[in-house]
Amino acid sequence: MIINHPILGPRDAQEFVYLGDAALIARPDGLAPGAQEAFHDYLYLRDNPAGLHRELWYHEQGDRSWLVVTRNTLTHEITQVELARDVARSLGRSK
Amino acid sequence: MADLMLAPLTPLGHALPEQRNIGPVTLTEVIDSALGSLTARAGRLAELAERAAAAGLPLPAPGQSAEAAPYGAFWLAPESWMVEAPFASHEDIRAHLVAIFGDAASITEQTDAWVRFDVTGADLPRLFERLSNVDLARAPDHAATRTVIDHIGCYLVKRGPTRISLFGPRSSAPSLWHALETAARAAF
Amino acid sequence: MTQENRISGGQIDRARTLRFSFDGHQYEGHPGDTLASALLANGVRLMGRSFKYHRPRGVISAGSEEPNALVELRAGARREPNTRATVVELFDGLSAESQNRWPTLAFDAMAINDRLSPFFAAGFYYKTFMWPRAFWEKLYEPIIRRAAGLGSLSKLDDPDDYDKGFLHCDLLIIGAGPAGLMAALTAGRAGARVILADEDFRMGGRLNAETYEVDGRSGADWALKALAELRSLPSVRLMPRTTILGAMDHGIYTALERVSDHLPAPLPGKPRQILWRIYSRRAILAGGATERPIAFENNDRPGILLAGSLRAYANRWGAAVGKRAAVFTNNDDGLRTAADLAAKGIETRVIDARKGEEVIDTSGRLGLKSVTIRTPNGTETFRCDALGVSGGWNPNVNITSHHRSRPVWDEAICAFVPGADGPPGLSSAGAAAGRLSTHGALESGAAEAEAALADLGLAAPARDLPVAEDAPIAITPKWYVSAGKGRAWIDQQNDVTVKDVKLAHQENYVSVEHLKRYTTLGMATDQGKTGNVLGLAVMAELTGRSIPQTGTTIYRPPYTPVAMGALAGRSRGQEFKPTRLTPSHKWATEQGAVFVEVGQWLRAQWLPRTGETHWRESVDREVLATRKSVGICDVTTLGKIDIQGTDAGAFLNKVYANTFSTLAVGKCRYGLMLREDGMVFDDGTTARLGDHEYVMTTTTANAVGVFRHLEFVRQCLCPDMDVQLISTTEAWAQYSVAGPNARKLLQKLVDQDISDAALPYMGCAEITLGGLRARIFRISFSGELAYEIAVPTRYGDALIRALVAAGEEFDAVVYGTEALGVMRVEKGHVAGNELNGQSSALNMGLGKMVSQKKDSIGMVLSQREGMTTANGYRLVGIKPVNPAEKLTAGSHFLEKGAAEVAANDLGWITSTVHSPHLGHAIALGYLKGGDSRKGQRLRAANLLAKTEVEVEIVSPHFFDPEGERLRG
Repeated sequence: MIINHPILGPRDAQEFVYLGDAALIARPDGLAPGAQEAFHDYLYLRDNPAGLHRELWYHEQGDRSWLVVTRNTLTHEITQVELARDVARSLGRSK
Repeated sequence: MADLMLAPLTPLGHALPEQRNIGPVTLTEVIDSALGSLTARAGRLAELAERAAAAGLPLPAPGQSAEAAPYGAFWLAPESWMVEAPFASHEDIRAHLVAIFGDAASITEQTDAWVRFDVTGADLPRLFERLSNVDLARAPDHAATRTVIDHIGCYLVKRGPTRISLFGPRSSAPSLWHALETAARAAF
Repeated sequence: MTQENRISGGQIDRARTLRFSFDGHQYEGHPGDTLASALLANGVRLMGRSFKYHRPRGVISAGSEEPNALVELRAGARREPNTRATVVELFDGLSAESQNRWPTLAFDAMAINDRLSPFFAAGFYYKTFMWPRAFWEKLYEPIIRRAAGLGSLSKLDDPDDYDKGFLHCDLLIIGAGPAGLMAALTAGRAGARVILADEDFRMGGRLNAETYEVDGRSGADWALKALAELRSLPSVRLMPRTTILGAMDHGIYTALERVSDHLPAPLPGKPRQILWRIYSRRAILAGGATERPIAFENNDRPGILLAGSLRAYANRWGAAVGKRAAVFTNNDDGLRTAADLAAKGIETRVIDARKGEEVIDTSGRLGLKSVTIRTPNGTETFRCDALGVSGGWNPNVNITSHHRSRPVWDEAICAFVPGADGPPGLSSAGAAAGRLSTHGALESGAAEAEAALADLGLAAPARDLPVAEDAPIAITPKWYVSAGKGRAWIDQQNDVTVKDVKLAHQENYVSVEHLKRYTTLGMATDQGKTGNVLGLAVMAELTGRSIPQTGTTIYRPPYTPVAMGALAGRSRGQEFKPTRLTPSHKWATEQGAVFVEVGQWLRAQWLPRTGETHWRESVDREVLATRKSVGICDVTTLGKIDIQGTDAGAFLNKVYANTFSTLAVGKCRYGLMLREDGMVFDDGTTARLGDHEYVMTTTTANAVGVFRHLEFVRQCLCPDMDVQLISTTEAWAQYSVAGPNARKLLQKLVDQDISDAALPYMGCAEITLGGLRARIFRISFSGELAYEIAVPTRYGDALIRALVAAGEEFDAVVYGTEALGVMRVEKGHVAGNELNGQSSALNMGLGKMVSQKKDSIGMVLSQREGMTTANGYRLVGIKPVNPAEKLTAGSHFLEKGAAEVAANDLGWITSTVHSPHLGHAIALGYLKGGDSRKGQRLRAANLLAKTEVEVEIVSPHFFDPEGERLRG
């Protein structure tokens, strides 16, 4: 596959390491009430869509950016690639 | 112990650097560069750029390298560069860079983390098509990118049409050198 | 007599003669020949035996689709089984052997299978499973294993090298026949970067095999002219002998270039083959079409070929299959074969199925002697030694199916053509797209190239189409001849007959996928290139459905078989992966060190001294000398990550279970890193070098994974933290100096004071060694007074020599990973065996390190239900009750008298060593409720090694439990 890196352009997917569902960005607050339940859901509950899937890829043999790649799991068509850091910020994550 | 004198070895494990001609290409182990990584502290990229400009140190765009003696640099990651300088004058490159950038950047000595092999000669794309997925024939001069060569993560800097600098992990220097020699014998 | 069937014409170099052998007989051929064409020219029609029934078989095709003429090529380590004689380029000295026969090709004892064929019909293999199990193990499997397979392996290492490589293009054109050449000319003239790949060694495709004209010259000449123009275009790369194996995602294609297969052996330094990964923006499949047979009784005799191949041998190679020929066809293309043979002076009889004529049987056990023909006027026998059969042409749609697109039926040519939903960016032209005439191929090649140029944003040149024939194929379907009781072959490689398809139907295996697996239709080296469509057409007829209703199986990569060596490339043997060498490697090699692979690193495992004959002698000596005086160990391989930024402390608080923001500058602390599920991920010491600067160490094995994890936390979880990371593992040569005399030794080299007051336990400092910049960390893995000292890597070799020299007066030793392991087990430190991915901090006795006051990775789930049970696994020390007994890692704990079943399992031994200090074996392990079992005696049973030892559970701290030595 080819991943169109937002900074570096098209790069072979062989340069990347796959992690999984981009929902991993939405890590709960470990000190908040109900954290046990929230972390259970965060870590173990995943959608497994036949179609568009937002997922985390790490450009290990590149610029070390974590990317959020929107990929159709049926066709492998990639429709969007974002820097995970930008996605994290847009979700309100900071420090 | 005042009389202690430690003698350095090259990455290939000898007192002097290696050089090898195979067909139209020459492989050279280069040991006269000091390297330091330079990464902007959060929110201080503009300041970093100002200080770099004042010091005449280039900060090339993603995928690029640039040279402005005594410094050269190639892009590593967002807001991050590898700075090159002559080893003789910049052996403690970190001290030089801290003097320029203060606390606007995180600076780490990288000189001995890497082995540099320069590959020179005509028709380098013919060699590198057996080594790397970089489209060398279409890459502009001064292109710089990370790439994998024989399972080894390297930085490739295209200095010009007939000169490439490869930076590989120092501990893998013999393996990388072997890969280059093998590919050169196969390609030419 | 030499080359008795060599006739005039062809693209062979008659000025040069090549000598070769087949089954020990010497023959001659010419450059340009294939092994098959040269054998035919020498009158050899019998080339192999079939897989199941050992029927005598000859070549049926002239290309990579060949199912029958499989030979063992070359000898010794280079012997390669199942090589298709039709694609082997002849070279001087070539030797080939037929296969799947014993003792000789002409007399094969296994041909008895042919008589037993009623027992080996379709489904035989599956039916054997249904019978009593004992029959399978004792009867069928031994027989099948002995009989299975075609060629035999040399069982020697492949002496050749294989390269891998990467190519980039705007347009990849697969196949250099008329469509591919026209597409390449169109795109090349427009300046596009073109790769034109063809599996043949001579480009031109069918143009080389036909006699009709293109632009007023022979097709082969026109191809030469086109190739000359393409060679003159700098943006075009011609790749003959290159097969496109498969379509990957997003325009990536894999290709195999046979660089040296046409030579007796590769030239020095050159690879035999190259596996290319081609990145394309657009691609055109112009891979042509493959002719299919008509099934009739005994249609598999040597001398019976596909009609197009029969004329290809005559036209391209000047090789006649026989002196007198017949052609059985259901379309006009078959008539061309008859005309071309007649033009070469070979008397040829046409049997045209469209006129109600058919071949109902043949004779000639080792080669065709006659055909029996049934016409509306009656039955007759025609004596001939060659028969061409044409049932129509199947477009080579294979690659268009690689993303699961299903080919669609085209009634006009009675064949499947590419579906519309093939790999994005790939279009088809020429015969591959069902355009079977030369004009159709040229026109569609140009048109598809123009469309590709539009996609690429390039202007197409004015169309300049050569004049060529445009005759329709005029086909009337004819799949098989219903006649007597004999066998009519569909898939000659797998010996599948019309009867087998009928049997599959009768037993209700009617879906094409079931048909394939039940009968083995379309399997093995040719993947059904000639037989597939015929087989499913027969099934369609039997089920009364149309062919589109019946459907077709689809294709996977690779298009043709690939040598395993090509897939491995250079990653073989010693070069399987790159090696990482430590800074002391050169010195350790000089000392005769024994090395061990740790990931890619080579580390000294122990360093034997003269007279030591057993590894334990060396390791015991290294341990005892270190504990008695001082030992030196290269610890460069531990991962080192530079962490800077104003939020570096907060970042470490996030990734470590314990707290780092409170660590003073100039101090080190042991850190425990968890995964988010609460299990321990890694551990190591992190030092604070400045207000906003730390250096983290990781285990050797996890260095890459930890760095990736830190980047995940930095970018995805805490995007605004001011923290920057970079690896410095390779930048510093680092040695541990441990033992009571460690300080005395180091003080000889270090310019600064490193007394306990100046550098207390867990202190660190930037120092100099004879003026050279260095770092020192007072940390210990061995439990001794110990330091780690780091210098820029280039000085690492000199430093190990300086340390050894300075240590002479203390009888210092250099120790390897084995002694390191002994000392860490003696101290009860966890390492790889305990950090097994399913152990928590609590399991390791480190539960108190997980701070509950801050939100670190893994903190929450480390406290989840089940992780904190009092009776959970705890790290314990183990010693044998009888000190003479050895312990085995992996042994499981059982109460005395308890049965050896999982329900009674109490835990296991993770690491065991011989402690020279204590004089007996010691071990670490995980034991249920281990904290409250100290002093208990249990059994440690290893059911695999069949050992059982009575053990006593003790503290994991075997040595200096109060840690007085390391603070000394």
